[in-house]
Amino acid sequence: MRIIGSLGQPVLLLVALGFGLGPVFEKAGTSNYLQMLAPGVIAGGILFTAVFSGVELIMDRQFGFLKETLVAPVSRFNIMFGRTLGGATVAVFQGIAVFILALLIGFRPTSVWEIFPALLVMMLIAIFFAAFGTALASKMRDMQAFPLIMNFLIMPCLFLSGAFFPIDGLPAAMKIVVKFNPLAYGVDGLRAFFTGQSYFGLGHDIIVLVVLGAIFLTIGAVLFEKIEA
Amino acid sequence: MPIIEVENLVKKFGDFTAVNDISFSVEPGEIFAFLGPNGAGKSTTIKMLTTILKPTSGSAKVAGYDISTRRDAVRHSFGIVFQDPSVDDELTCWENMDFHGILYGMPKELRHKRITDMLGLIELLDRKDDLVKTFSGGMRRRLEIARGLVHHPKILYLDEPTIGLDPQTRNHIWSYIKKINEQEGMTIFFTTHHMEEVERAAHKVAIIDHGAIVARGTPAELIAQTKTTTLEEAFLKLTGHGIREEEASGTDAARRQRQMWSGRR
Ligand SMILES: Nc1ncnc2c1ncn2[C@@H]1O[C@H](COP(=O)(O)OP(=O)(O)OP(=O)(O)O)[C@@H](O)[C@H]1O
Ligand SMILES: [Mg+2]
Repeated sequence: MRIIGSLGQPVLLLVALGFGLGPVFEKAGTSNYLQMLAPGVIAGGILFTAVFSGVELIMDRQFGFLKETLVAPVSRFNIMFGRTLGGATVAVFQGIAVFILALLIGFRPTSVWEIFPALLVMMLIAIFFAAFGTALASKMRDMQAFPLIMNFLIMPCLFLSGAFFPIDGLPAAMKIVVKFNPLAYGVDGLRAFFTGQSYFGLGHDIIVLVVLGAIFLTIGAVLFEKIEA
Repeated sequence: MPIIEVENLVKKFGDFTAVNDISFSVEPGEIFAFLGPNGAGKSTTIKMLTTILKPTSGSAKVAGYDISTRRDAVRHSFGIVFQDPSVDDELTCWENMDFHGILYGMPKELRHKRITDMLGLIELLDRKDDLVKTFSGGMRRRLEIARGLVHHPKILYLDEPTIGLDPQTRNHIWSYIKKINEQEGMTIFFTTHHMEEVERAAHKVAIIDHGAIVARGTPAELIAQTKTTTLEEAFLKLTGHGIREEEASGTDAARRQRQMWSGRR
């Protein structure tokens, strides 16, 4: 249910940007804009679902259910890790759903089977952002700060990742911003699989995502350990 | 050796001292009533003893383990029924119970047998596959209690377990609690505002007011100490007749927000 409900935004992006900006990009020489856009929207779908899964912690806390797991004889690390993996898995399914939608709209990857190796990158994006969401949520008592996080963290993350435009042509300052954006490596990694084109290089993408994922899992675990109810 | 041993425990929220230097102990197998007016610091004390709130200072040992340094070991020793709701609305009655059993490492056969027994006791067996969000307030409360009892811990904390329950259910539940206390030697640490529950079940009582313990002893001792005839009179004499101000809880706001968000689940 949740997956279907949250497909609205990716569809909108694919259709509006794909069909709206497609002709513009084509005039400027990019052969097919949808090819470049689809991996970006897949990464975006994973980003949102993963962050939301982490942030669900706040709701579990507000409605009291979190207490039940906090007093249980299961290590906090395992609880945090389980939550993160669960959320990440849902996010990957979301990514697969967006991939299928993109195919329907006209996305043509080098091979449809590339989805399988691409699952690795999808999982890495999902784990990073789910851990990131959990870490944030551990420090928040209620949802009040949530719109701020959406507007000043998650949206910039999506728009400044090269999800909607090629990184090559950006001004130098923008390139630096993109380099510090974790999602950029996810988008780039997906493009490497689906279109054979990559800006940073696939190996580089994977290493960055693994390292960042490990760091944020650790931060999330430390903060979760300290949660009080 | 006491199973719960509290020494000079203090909890401050900012400048406000909710629990002010309390010390007491509970023996294994005891039914211990922790009484006090609204806002006295009962739930705060229980939260510290159950490792979900860090003491500002002082220490406590539960089942022999320090609550600050051996939190995992402490968590193996108890079960708790919280004062505030803690069941998951989006799961069924059975799923809530089963999830709990799994968290506490109960083998499947025992788990399913106990859950069936407990749901029978609180008369929710016929509603076991319904989502908890369709339950009435009292039914949710019954489920909370059943869940806390399912794994038969060494120590059971009950924070106002019977709020919102009808007399029939209260009776059933107290009989069951007394039975497992006798049969398994389970230590019971409970709070309540119903003095008849204390008279009926408690071996020992401590009364806390404004964060400090003002009296301890058996119910009979407290009545004798205060030269009164009932525990209720003793309680009032020890804690005064004035009504305590309570800050409005955040629960209402939280509930409204869930409505907003539940659409996305
Ligand atoms: N997280 C918190 N932040 C600030 N103050 C708190 C917090 N939790 C509790 N308090 C305050 O600490 C005091 C003790 O609260 P506590 O919940 O322990 O009372 P209680 O004895 O359980 O009362 P009741 O019978 O109403 O349940 C109250 O004045 C309460 O407002
Ligand atoms: Mg209380």
